[in-house]
Amino acid sequence: MLRIRRFEQASLKLYQQGKMGGFLHLYIGQESVAVGTCSLLGPNDHAITAYRDHGHALVVGMSMNECMAELLGKATGCSKGKGGSMHFFAPDKNYWGGHGIVAGQTPLGLGIAYALKYKGLKGCCLTYLGDGAVNQGVFHESLNLAALWNIPVVYVIENNQYSMGTSLARSSAIKACLAERAEAYAMDWDIVNGENLYEVRAKTFDAMERAREKCRPSILEIDTYRYYGHSVADANAKVYRKAEEIEFYKQNHDPIMLWEKRLKDEGVADDALIEKIDNEAKAEAAASVAFAEDSPFPELEDIFTDIYHEVDMGTEAGRTGRHFFND
Amino acid sequence: MPVITYRQALNDALSEELTRDENVVIMGEEVAEYNGAYKITEGLWKKFGSKRVVDTPISEAGFIGLGVGAAMMGMRPVMELMFWSFAYVAFDQIINNAGCVRYMSGGLINLPLVIRGPANGGTNVGATHSHTPENFLANTPGLKVVCPATPYDAKGLMKTAIRDNDPVCFMENTLLYGDQGEVPEEEYLIPLGVADIKREGADVSLIGHGRAVITALNAAHRLAEEFDISAEVIDLRSIRPLDEETILDSVRKTHRAVLVDENKPFCGVSSQIATLIQEKAFDDLDAPVQRVCSLDAPAIYSPPVEALQLPTVDRIIQKVLAIS
Ligand SMILES: Cc1ncc(C[n+]2csc(CCOP(=O)(O)OP(=O)(O)O)c2C)c(N)n1
Repeated sequence: MLRIRRFEQASLKLYQQGKMGGFLHLYIGQESVAVGTCSLLGPNDHAITAYRDHGHALVVGMSMNECMAELLGKATGCSKGKGGSMHFFAPDKNYWGGHGIVAGQTPLGLGIAYALKYKGLKGCCLTYLGDGAVNQGVFHESLNLAALWNIPVVYVIENNQYSMGTSLARSSAIKACLAERAEAYAMDWDIVNGENLYEVRAKTFDAMERAREKCRPSILEIDTYRYYGHSVADANAKVYRKAEEIEFYKQNHDPIMLWEKRLKDEGVADDALIEKIDNEAKAEAAASVAFAEDSPFPELEDIFTDIYHEVDMGTEAGRTGRHFFND
Repeated sequence: MPVITYRQALNDALSEELTRDENVVIMGEEVAEYNGAYKITEGLWKKFGSKRVVDTPISEAGFIGLGVGAAMMGMRPVMELMFWSFAYVAFDQIINNAGCVRYMSGGLINLPLVIRGPANGGTNVGATHSHTPENFLANTPGLKVVCPATPYDAKGLMKTAIRDNDPVCFMENTLLYGDQGEVPEEEYLIPLGVADIKREGADVSLIGHGRAVITALNAAHRLAEEFDISAEVIDLRSIRPLDEETILDSVRKTHRAVLVDENKPFCGVSSQIATLIQEKAFDDLDAPVQRVCSLDAPAIYSPPVEALQLPTVDRIIQKVLAIS
């Protein structure tokens, strides 16, 4: 969790220095969700998420270097500077992104899980979405297919209470519970307290087992909170929520603070160990900034790579026919 | 060589590829037990079973997206759209996911997906069922767009599309399904991006794709018989990749081009071809490039009028005569 927070704080600084383009959707405040869930991924399990994707990326094992470089649009980034903040990918780590269209990733997670089942692999796909995404039609199509075909997918709703500036109360007809929508599809569901890492892991584990062992899909709704605006460029960040509300969460519900306290209460860690871990995270983040700043940008010609497989591979088919116009 | 229908050629291609590679699955509405709304998948469910040939609910965005996810995992799904007109409800999945994932991941992810089904008008089913969205699709780098005109091409191109590592939008034409043509028994593949000269000629190039090629061939026949004009007919076969050389070579030879296109004229496929010719073969032209497209309105239902809304032999002949 500290690694995510320090990474993102470092990225925020770069953004404020004007070194980054586009959006930067920070995950700060929600770290326990990615850590509690992605840390359970076994060799045949997969994960896919939306545009608030840095946390999951670091938990599945992507390096801060490749992630920070991607944020700066450098050729050394995980997507060679072609994806940016919203599009981190690491297929070798079973991590499938990083998707910018709200709820657009929900059928993709389904397809990943479908492929696992088709190939007879005992695994599942954790498919993350926000509380705003539950109102998209394609999410409901995905739920229907998941339940109809018994697909080993686990939908994880990261309920941070806001979709951009719109609160849950203003966006969802059933406000009290988003996961309950699973009932309409005879699917299992659960509500999870995101600030309690043990609870996140226990309930996610149950859902993953249901998927792996019985091919039963689930929805988990994990309650969480984000401290920053929807993105760093969110001009209304301080308009739709009161400063006191944010402060209240920081003081009373911060997942890192609560986890540190728990570790200390249980005698697992002391202040010195936590400080050591934190210092390592800060140093790693600082090193990634240096790495990213020192890295080159892609060349203009790189615009035309990674579009078509056969063109990149220089195959016969790639040489015949024009794939690009006006080049 | 055996003579079979365009429909049968597609069915044979699907069947052969299902047999060859177990990563190939077919999915779509009514493709399995019902044998396909247009019977392209007839018999496949019986032969390959429910694991390989899968009926989906009516949820284009959901199942096309599922296909994208499965393709990311190395499967080779062939997804049927009952009509390409219904692609619009799945456009987010086709454009934003299928079309962009490889690029946004810096080439880490391949997407061996085929989306196929009938497109085009002429069947009197009204505006919402007669669209030809190849221009929208070809406008997305990352997607390939294939439009076969004959049974031979349909089979060879479909087999290539399924083996291709990029997402291919394969657009058939309802009115061609019953057309017959020679198709060899032995296996063959047709590369994407290679146009075919369907008829050699010296005086004018008629250039098109899909059923427009058949209309152009009929026009070429009449031009020869009645006006002693020798028209060359170029079948693009794929819009993206596009075989620019064959187009340009033909225009350099005949010095005149008439583009025949069931797509709409405004920002349509023919707009692209016209631009290409004026950019790269302007000096070879003896006359302005002409176009015969669908008339620029939603598809009309009224059967005799719709027949005139699409490119007709007469309209092609008029354009040719105007520049000859
Ligand atoms: C289809 C679509 N509509 C709108 C947007 C713009 N948009 C990006 S994020 C967002 C809010 C989504 O909120 P939520 O799903 O709750 O996720 P969170 O930001 O809380 O993680 C909106 C409206 C988009 N990217 N895609």
